[in-house]
Amino acid sequence: MLRLRSALRAAPLSRRYATAPGPHALVFLEHRDGIIDAGSLSALTAAQELGGQVTGLVIGSPEQVKGVVEKARKLKGVSTVLHSASEQYAHSVSEAVSPLLEKLLGESSPYTHVVSAHSSAAKSILPRVAAQLDLPAVSDITSLVHDSASNSTTFTRPIYAGNAIATVKAPSSLRVKFFTVRSTAFKASSADEGVSAEAQAVDPVEASSPTQHVKTDLTKSDRPELGSASRIVSGGRALKDAKTFNATLEPLADALGAAIGASRAAVDAGYADNSLQVGQTGKVVAPELYMAIGISGAIQHLAGMKDSKLIVAINKDPEAPIFQVADAGLVADLYTAVPELVEKLKQQS
Amino acid sequence: MRPSPVRLLNILVPIKRTVDYAVKIRVNPDQKGIDLNVKHSMNPFDEIAVEEAVRLREKLKDEVKSIKVVTIGPPKAADVLRTALAMGADAGIHVEVPEAAPAPEPLGVAKALRALIAREKDGVDLVIMGKQAIDDDAGQTGQMLAGLLGWSQATFASKLVVDPKAKVAEVTREIDGGLEELKCQLPLIVTTDLRLNEPRYASLPNIMKAKKKPIEKLTPADLSVDLTPILETIKVAEPPKRIGGAKVGSVDELIAKLKEAGITAVKA
Repeated sequence: MLRLRSALRAAPLSRRYATAPGPHALVFLEHRDGIIDAGSLSALTAAQELGGQVTGLVIGSPEQVKGVVEKARKLKGVSTVLHSASEQYAHSVSEAVSPLLEKLLGESSPYTHVVSAHSSAAKSILPRVAAQLDLPAVSDITSLVHDSASNSTTFTRPIYAGNAIATVKAPSSLRVKFFTVRSTAFKASSADEGVSAEAQAVDPVEASSPTQHVKTDLTKSDRPELGSASRIVSGGRALKDAKTFNATLEPLADALGAAIGASRAAVDAGYADNSLQVGQTGKVVAPELYMAIGISGAIQHLAGMKDSKLIVAINKDPEAPIFQVADAGLVADLYTAVPELVEKLKQQS
Repeated sequence: MRPSPVRLLNILVPIKRTVDYAVKIRVNPDQKGIDLNVKHSMNPFDEIAVEEAVRLREKLKDEVKSIKVVTIGPPKAADVLRTALAMGADAGIHVEVPEAAPAPEPLGVAKALRALIAREKDGVDLVIMGKQAIDDDAGQTGQMLAGLLGWSQATFASKLVVDPKAKVAEVTREIDGGLEELKCQLPLIVTTDLRLNEPRYASLPNIMKAKKKPIEKLTPADLSVDLTPILETIKVAEPPKRIGGAKVGSVDELIAKLKEAGITAVKA
């Protein structure tokens, strides 16, 4: 009986919506120093896979927004760029930003999906907004399929530190489907000089935030950014201290043009800054080359790097778990092997 | 003018019982979930949250009036409440869900926590919770709770300084690429990052004492919340296996391997 009734109800509905608009994604485009974050570009690619319209959203202080909007308009696949500028938005404080998103996503909003990178800012903002709209969110997805007929979206995402992959379905009952994207699982979307999406200004929602930004301290580095580097040289506890860590890894990273990473053990011991941590609780990376130097390979660390294309491990313990995932493992003392490697790499070039 | 009354801090720490972080998990052959007949313990980020609450009391003394821990989970989740009580929390609340019930989602948990906060007589000024649970890796509950309550939020905290009199907190957060400092008004939701502190071990006398501390038992119905998941988990599978394990004998062989993969040194 129940089934019959729902079938009856579904029939006229499907007719009426035969030409219903497809999915319409709102992509939160993050930026720093006038450049759109690589993670957001990957989120954009994921949004395009939904198969519908894609709108970008750029927010920030007036001077930040100006240049970024022009860049966002050139991105392939974006039909509209919404932008909202306010001093309040300069530091992506969740409490200041979420009222704007709530307004954009109100009952009559055209958006069916809200997409962002799985970045520290978006991780703070999106769940807050989702809850205010009484909607769940899906974190850190690695693939997605949208079924327009049923208006449901199916995602895969790693759980248990990447030791299992869950497939979850966001049903049609969810008016807006929120998700954050694991950037290493999607190619970064590129710019196309030929395109120019429509820019549309949105009035900021001035709200009194109970949270004030005081200051930001960014780790300065001349090396490639860890999250988007194509080569990474990573060190563990075996590097003894901060000085040895740098003295050993820097020449190798220089020779390979690589970013430097670290295991949690190395970070906790103070050898490296915590922004360099690779792992479940740090950054998740998937470079062309990942070199693990003096890293045993705890599951939390493997969760952050096992999707790398080529994994090389140098460790003196032949039983270290890292060798189970390494494509090339060298059982050797890193203090002799690494300098030798650097020397021979240099000769080659 | 009358002196203003001393404001006292009531802290709530939500904790979760998860598969122990050191366990190598196994996916069930039916691909509906993972084998849960393994060692469980308190989610590591929640241990940090409990520790931070206890340290706040050690620092602020009587200004911290209460530290309550709450868990939502099957009967066995009571174990983690006892652990938290042994670490120094005063009282526990256990929202019991049946053993066979599907794990609640962050949104459901956040709604249950909102309902719990609403029934606390003295109110709650500060919620400290883990930044994510190591089982579902969602990292949403704290933010969702802050959104539902309209409270200030400080995620991924690595330093927390609370001034109960001024009702503000200064929080250092770990963000992509560095650190950020926020000044937050209480009431506040803090989610803990690994570097916030190092949790203590409960001593035997404290474990004995914890047995006498009160645990209140509730059901989701008592809180008028529905913990049924909205998202449907279709499948849980093993991640694609990496065929690793190849060892090389020398640095020269390693370089040959790198070359094979098209990786050579960059020109200086």
